[in-house]
Amino acid sequence: MSKERKMTITIPREEYMSPGHLACQGCGASLAMRLALKGLGQKTIVCIPACCWAVIDGPFPHSSLDIPIYHCAFETAASSASGVRAGLDMVGDTETTVLAWAGDGGTFDIGLQALSGAAERNDDIVYTCYDNEAYMNTGIQRSSATPIGAWTTTTPVKHYKKERKKDIIGIMAAHGLPYIATASVAYPEDMVKKFRKAREIRGTRFIHVFAPCPAGWKSRPEDTVKLARLAVQTGYFPLFEIENGERWTLNLKVKERKPIAEYLKLQGRFRHLKEDEITLIQQEVDARWEKILKNCGL
Amino acid sequence: MKKVIMGNHALSYGAMLSRAQVIAAYPITPQTQVVELLSEMCADGTLNAKFIKVESEHSAMAACLGASLAGARTFTATSAQGLALMHEMLHWAAGGRMPVVMGNINRAMAPGWSIWADQNDSLSERDTGWIQFYCSSNQEVLDTVIQAFKVSEKLMIPSMIVLDAFALSHTYEVVEIPEQDKVDRFLPPFNPPWRLTPDDPHAFGGLTSPDHYMEFRYKLQKDMEKVPALVEETGKEYEKLFGRYLGQVEEYFCDEAELVFVTSGTAGYTARVAVDELRAKGIKAGNLRIKLFRPFPFEKVRDILSRVPKVAVLDRNISYGHHGIFYQEVKSAMYGQPSSPLIFGFIAGLGGRDITRDSYQEIAEYALNKNRAEEEIVWIGVKK
Amino acid sequence: MSKKKEARKITFESEKEMPVAPMSLGSMLYNKTGAWRNIKPVIDLSRCIKCGICWKFCPDASIDIVDDWPQINYVYCKGCGLCAEECPQKCIAMVEEEK
Repeated sequence: MSKERKMTITIPREEYMSPGHLACQGCGASLAMRLALKGLGQKTIVCIPACCWAVIDGPFPHSSLDIPIYHCAFETAASSASGVRAGLDMVGDTETTVLAWAGDGGTFDIGLQALSGAAERNDDIVYTCYDNEAYMNTGIQRSSATPIGAWTTTTPVKHYKKERKKDIIGIMAAHGLPYIATASVAYPEDMVKKFRKAREIRGTRFIHVFAPCPAGWKSRPEDTVKLARLAVQTGYFPLFEIENGERWTLNLKVKERKPIAEYLKLQGRFRHLKEDEITLIQQEVDARWEKILKNCGL
Repeated sequence: MKKVIMGNHALSYGAMLSRAQVIAAYPITPQTQVVELLSEMCADGTLNAKFIKVESEHSAMAACLGASLAGARTFTATSAQGLALMHEMLHWAAGGRMPVVMGNINRAMAPGWSIWADQNDSLSERDTGWIQFYCSSNQEVLDTVIQAFKVSEKLMIPSMIVLDAFALSHTYEVVEIPEQDKVDRFLPPFNPPWRLTPDDPHAFGGLTSPDHYMEFRYKLQKDMEKVPALVEETGKEYEKLFGRYLGQVEEYFCDEAELVFVTSGTAGYTARVAVDELRAKGIKAGNLRIKLFRPFPFEKVRDILSRVPKVAVLDRNISYGHHGIFYQEVKSAMYGQPSSPLIFGFIAGLGGRDITRDSYQEIAEYALNKNRAEEEIVWIGVKK
Repeated sequence: MSKKKEARKITFESEKEMPVAPMSLGSMLYNKTGAWRNIKPVIDLSRCIKCGICWKFCPDASIDIVDDWPQINYVYCKGCGLCAEECPQKCIAMVEEEK
């Protein structure tokens, strides 16, 4: 290849996450943080409750982020962020973005009340849920974000999860937030763009980031991005935005969705599923996809 | 300026005069008037603060901590079930060294539902690392809020100001409201040694291994040990400006007494009347009201009680399966002292039952006539 | 900030050297996660089209851009293989680590 050719750089070069952090190999959550901060920039303060990132950041007296972190209690990502926002305003810093960065357990389950409270007050925070679909930090226990059909250590193969994943976007949309988006580590440009956009909006912004977990999903570390991409291409995790509580936009129009089986088969957590069960999951995915298309006016 | 205000409003005025910058609170009886008045003050500009109307007490304390770490002076108030819901965050506040000041209206824990006074709510939080002040008048409530901010911010340890449900929270008394400029002279703006800012990024409260955790707890205890002297020093400074002294304890005729009551809260006020009555009958009674409960004022308590033969500790609380909590604490403080009195433990007034002058007559009669504590707990006023 | 970026492990001899509250004083850069690796990515630069994909997707921020070329930072690379998997040119090979 010719030396003259410039490297293609489609997202900011600045890094706010250092190497040396404690994430597992191929961790979707750490890629998610790296990309999110590229969108938000250095003038950001992040509240991190109990979740993988409470560990990934590294133990006292070290940190892997170049922005300030408040490691807060499990159920307090949103309420801590609301407090930080109010505190900053009172000491005259109205510029810095306050980011709440919680896992699916901290968002769908234990932190939902505080999140709903902050959303109802429309507090000026960017709330991000990086979703790896179970309590990974404690060793892969099911959360209400765990999808139907999945194995976890508390939904063993014989009693795999029979309940649907909670519709967190539906819940947040019902709050009428100024900005809601889904994002995926497989689409860095889209993800960075959404965080940058969120930074410029006031009020509660909610971003749901899909972050595969090789350790918990029993997938290969090198498949993290592939899985995140397949989640989008199958329609399992569509990329869209909701503005002012009503304007839905599909960001990636998948013309021919891939069968969900392609996505499932790469993950050990779905290995036990039989044909008919996969068909049922396919129907679930189809129904949700249609609903989202309808909301987007497509 | 003198005003006739309720105890709850004394908390509000204290927070206002201290120029609290962020308030996050959730309503609970009998605390509501504290936050109602603060809401009004924020709304009409009397107080330049952000009031976050959270959806629970847990979030109230969480939001206060976020604001405190961002460098703002923060205040909240709660009671009973609300305080219990905050429990996790109380550890967070002290462990993270965030000097929030909070009013707690002492209310009995459910079930059965009770909105009336006892101390089991705040005493259940004894070991969370908070400074605890117990008040017996509205004036003391107001003065304590202002001084608590000073003590807390100097040592970066949170403070709880405790007052009895209804007996104080809803009782109107004449209160001298200090002038703002004098309070400003006493209490400068909050300027913490560290804060959340992108200009100097740190990660606060991260994973702490056995290599370091214990040292943080050692430091917290060492700073806690500095509180009694600081309360005295701050009290003297406050007295110079405002003419009222707070201190760790209040002594009432303890010198050469034959029996000293150890009390707290409004029961400590009633005790003074009982002491007067006993003295009129020729009984040399005294009262030691504990204002600063955490850290425990060992030096003061030992100094006063080692000079008397008999002590009657009144508890409006109970540690089930053990004793009243003040009784435990006083006995533990006096254990192994060269001169230790005979100490009796009484439990009265749970769930808002009145503690009256008669209660103290009964206590005095028991203590004066016994030469040892025959019962682990002497119950006052139980319908047996 | 510059202080934070040092790859130095901070240790304390006594509690007196420690901050009052648990707060970070340095960067995790001291933690050389390259030691976790069993296989390592090796880029065949002769076939590289400089698309930036390997750099973009590295969860460990361990691919640097040096003189407009991607360069694996072996001090930190954990060897997840994501870069090799995503490389459209298939010019990154995962080779056994010699230890």
